[in-house]
Amino acid sequence: MQRGMLSRPVGLLFLAPAIIFIAVFLVYPFFSIFQMSFTNTTLVGVNATNPQFVGMQNYVDLFDSDQWMRRGEMGFSLLVTIQFVIGSGLIGQAVLGLFIAVLLHNRRGFTREVVFTLAIAAWIIPDVVVAFAWFAYLAPDGTLNNLLNAIGITGPDWLFNYPLVSIILFNTWRGAAFSMLLFSSALSSIPPSQLETADVLGASNWQKFRDILLPQLTPYILTDLLLITLWTFNTFTPFLLTGGGPSYQTDVISIFTYRIGLRFFEFGKGSAAAMVVMIINLAIASIYLLVSRSRRARA
Amino acid sequence: MASITIQKLVKTFGTVQAVAGIDLNMPDGEFVALLGPSGCGKTTTLRMIAGLEEPDSGNIIIGERDVTMSQPRDRDVAMVFQDYALYPHMTVSENIGYPLKVRGVSKQEITQRVADVARQLQIDHLLDRRPSQLSGGQQQRTALARAVVHRAKVFLFDEPLSNLDAKLRLEARAFLKYLQREVGVTGVYVTHDQSEAMALADRIVVMSAGKIMQVGTPLEIYQKPANQFVAAFIGSPPMNLLQIVPDEAARVLKIAEHVIPMREDFALASKARVIGVRPEHLKIHTQPIEGGLSGKVYVTQPLGGETLILVRVGEELISARVFGDEPPELPEQVWLMPDMARLHYFSEDGERIS
Amino acid sequence: MTTRSRKRRFTFRYVLITLLAYVIAFFFLLPLLWFIFSPFNDHATLSVSILANPSLANFGEVLDNDLAMRGLLVNSPIIGVGTMLITTLVAALAAFGLSRSRLPGRQMWTYVLILFSSVVVGTASMVPIFRLIFEIGLINTHIGVILVMVGGMLPSAIFIMQDFVDGVPRSYEEAAMVMGASPMRIFRDITFPLIRPGLMVVGIWVLINAWGAFLTPYLLLRSPELMPAAVTFYRFYDEEGSPQITLIAAYALLYTLPVLIMYLIINWRYGFRFFGGIKS
Ligand SMILES: Nc1ncnc2c1ncn2[C@@H]1O[C@H](COP(=O)(O)OP(=O)(O)O)[C@@H](O)[C@H]1O
Ligand SMILES: [Mg+2]
Repeated sequence: MQRGMLSRPVGLLFLAPAIIFIAVFLVYPFFSIFQMSFTNTTLVGVNATNPQFVGMQNYVDLFDSDQWMRRGEMGFSLLVTIQFVIGSGLIGQAVLGLFIAVLLHNRRGFTREVVFTLAIAAWIIPDVVVAFAWFAYLAPDGTLNNLLNAIGITGPDWLFNYPLVSIILFNTWRGAAFSMLLFSSALSSIPPSQLETADVLGASNWQKFRDILLPQLTPYILTDLLLITLWTFNTFTPFLLTGGGPSYQTDVISIFTYRIGLRFFEFGKGSAAAMVVMIINLAIASIYLLVSRSRRARA
Repeated sequence: MASITIQKLVKTFGTVQAVAGIDLNMPDGEFVALLGPSGCGKTTTLRMIAGLEEPDSGNIIIGERDVTMSQPRDRDVAMVFQDYALYPHMTVSENIGYPLKVRGVSKQEITQRVADVARQLQIDHLLDRRPSQLSGGQQQRTALARAVVHRAKVFLFDEPLSNLDAKLRLEARAFLKYLQREVGVTGVYVTHDQSEAMALADRIVVMSAGKIMQVGTPLEIYQKPANQFVAAFIGSPPMNLLQIVPDEAARVLKIAEHVIPMREDFALASKARVIGVRPEHLKIHTQPIEGGLSGKVYVTQPLGGETLILVRVGEELISARVFGDEPPELPEQVWLMPDMARLHYFSEDGERIS
Repeated sequence: MTTRSRKRRFTFRYVLITLLAYVIAFFFLLPLLWFIFSPFNDHATLSVSILANPSLANFGEVLDNDLAMRGLLVNSPIIGVGTMLITTLVAALAAFGLSRSRLPGRQMWTYVLILFSSVVVGTASMVPIFRLIFEIGLINTHIGVILVMVGGMLPSAIFIMQDFVDGVPRSYEEAAMVMGASPMRIFRDITFPLIRPGLMVVGIWVLINAWGAFLTPYLLLRSPELMPAAVTFYRFYDEEGSPQITLIAAYALLYTLPVLIMYLIINWRYGFRFFGGIKS
């Protein structure tokens, strides 16, 4: 370690604005949620001004064993969320992003620009707009079904008949650009001479990918999976497409929390749900961090 | 300008003792080179003088002031970094003027002084360029200009020539020497290149593993290496070092199966365990000669004005240097005869005996 | 040499990759077709009809909606640019402080904060945040919305920025230290200009997020004339809650273009990229 250029007080001075923001807008709400989760706070009525301490009651309600797996309850919501995260995050975004990055690695020119620009457009267009665009895309007489009609297939009402598949497709489309960008900048840091050496040795494309690119991408893949899992776990955008329905089929955990907390105004129970989500997030992050640490320890 | 005094300086990084207790006195106006192999603690020492690294213990005194704990900006030093650290977002003249700007010098004066220094260093035609538009040599001069534009008390150089190619390096070396004579600065110059140290420094500090091995003028270091380390480090190729066994009764030195008769110097030689002889102090004979070390020619390397010859004597490879344009024609078997007056003797613990 | 081997491979494999690439491009393009063509169709429905009845009538009607235009031209820019400037500056200062001082476990801290922010900025924290903003009297103000969004985005902004700050060679700053510059001066004269690509990447990232944010302004603002475009978007629903598709299409395009163009400019000028430090 080199001598810190800044003494500790000066370093903290540079950090001060960020610390204040984070303390006020992240840490305070966190403790506030934590505290509220043990009360019966609501928006209106007696409990709005004078909430009572109810101990673990909110948590017990969330995990109520008879109700737990029913539609609209937490267990069911978690099940939906898991399918959503695996389908759209891990398989959809990460794999598609990696695939594009590897496919167009070392490719310059028009094709690459087109793919990248479209993927990034999908990533940066505001939520409300993409939600509506997809609403139109998946509508019974929308673009997708028009297209299917053209080849003689009568498409279903996607959002009604296949809501989960729809939001998985949507979220894959929405977020693949992040993984694509991350992997392609990681790939560009691998010296071309390594692939050229393999070319000289007569390695196949698959061998080159498996033996040269993949090992060097592993640390990036871990980071990517961590961020993607967390983001997908917490994304609220599907709400704009399906509102969690029909009949709770797309009731991912962020929508569940929102519904309890902000729609039914049961702030206490909503906070407890948020705490549970937080703990799940922590567990996910810990798993990734442990894997990455043990991987580094072996290296 | 100012003198520099370093007392019992120690710096440890984790388990690595980078600097292990260094003492040094530099009078005002002296130019000293820190010389040693890579990783011996030269840069760390220099950075502690600059204030970029905090010593674990020991003191640094610049002029009359103990600066051990003060910030770099309170020390009034100037430093040239190995990578030059020229700011890519500033022009050459902004780069050179930056130390003055930081010190609140007026705009006019900055312009004036930048112009003066640039002229002196012959880069006045480059002032509007960016560092990325300069050649290596020009970048090096710009870094130099930025260091000398403000008359600091002490100048510090960390291998400032090591990023130049061989030819430019020689040019820049001569130029530095000229500048140093003109400006006459107190300076510490870090290098792992002995010829740079020899050429530039008033005194050389040879370091190894965080310790000082010898302090002396270039000539002293060359002629009287204080120990085996310095002997083996200085000179290109370095001195040949040979294990010996003195034979008191016969007044001879035994080197493996060879026997060298000794006359006057035997009092010295009898305490020695290792002798050193420089390649240029070995004479090559094609006929057997008394006291000569017989060996087989291993390789011959003609270098233009001289030829290096490696001879295998027993297990050892001994290098000899022959001057003259024509490489000598040698048979396979030769005899090496050291110049007995110029032998170096080292005791069992590697120290010079004299 | 390379051109020759290129030529040799301008074959089956090359064509296959290109084909695959366009299949993927198509996957990304399809949902956007409606978004691209409907604005110019004054009879647009949910189905896409490419260049039928080209017309700018939709835009005319949207331009007449004062609140929507105010959201787009005044409120969204204030919120977006305000959030961007504050977040970028504060993140740069923090990344510099973290990178250049010996604070224990800095890597750990940013991870914890990212984790934290990804959860806390969600819907759950809106209740305490609403209360907080209410207490300090910033409810129904743009500055309240901006501050909340800065807080939410800072951890990720610092995380991205750190890569760029770490990429500035130490010797640049050390040279300035030796020349007598104070830490603030080093930051201003040396580090800040040198991390400009980072400022741009973080800036555009923040802008895109702030521009698209719906929930925070929706909950913290009351007056319709303060609402940003993400909220005024829903003005184009009639009383029964059915969308006026023609107007929504036109407004969606107007609302999206600024960030899209901004992104393209930044990408062309600086390259939108991540640095190596993002790996675990
Ligand atoms: N910042 C640092 N952290 C850890 N070890 C260091 C650091 N700087 C130097 N060292 C170690 O200290 C020793 C001396 O380094 P240095 O002073 O740079 O040597 P030199 O300049 O003579 O090549 C080396 O072993 C090096 O690895
Ligand atoms: Mg060094």
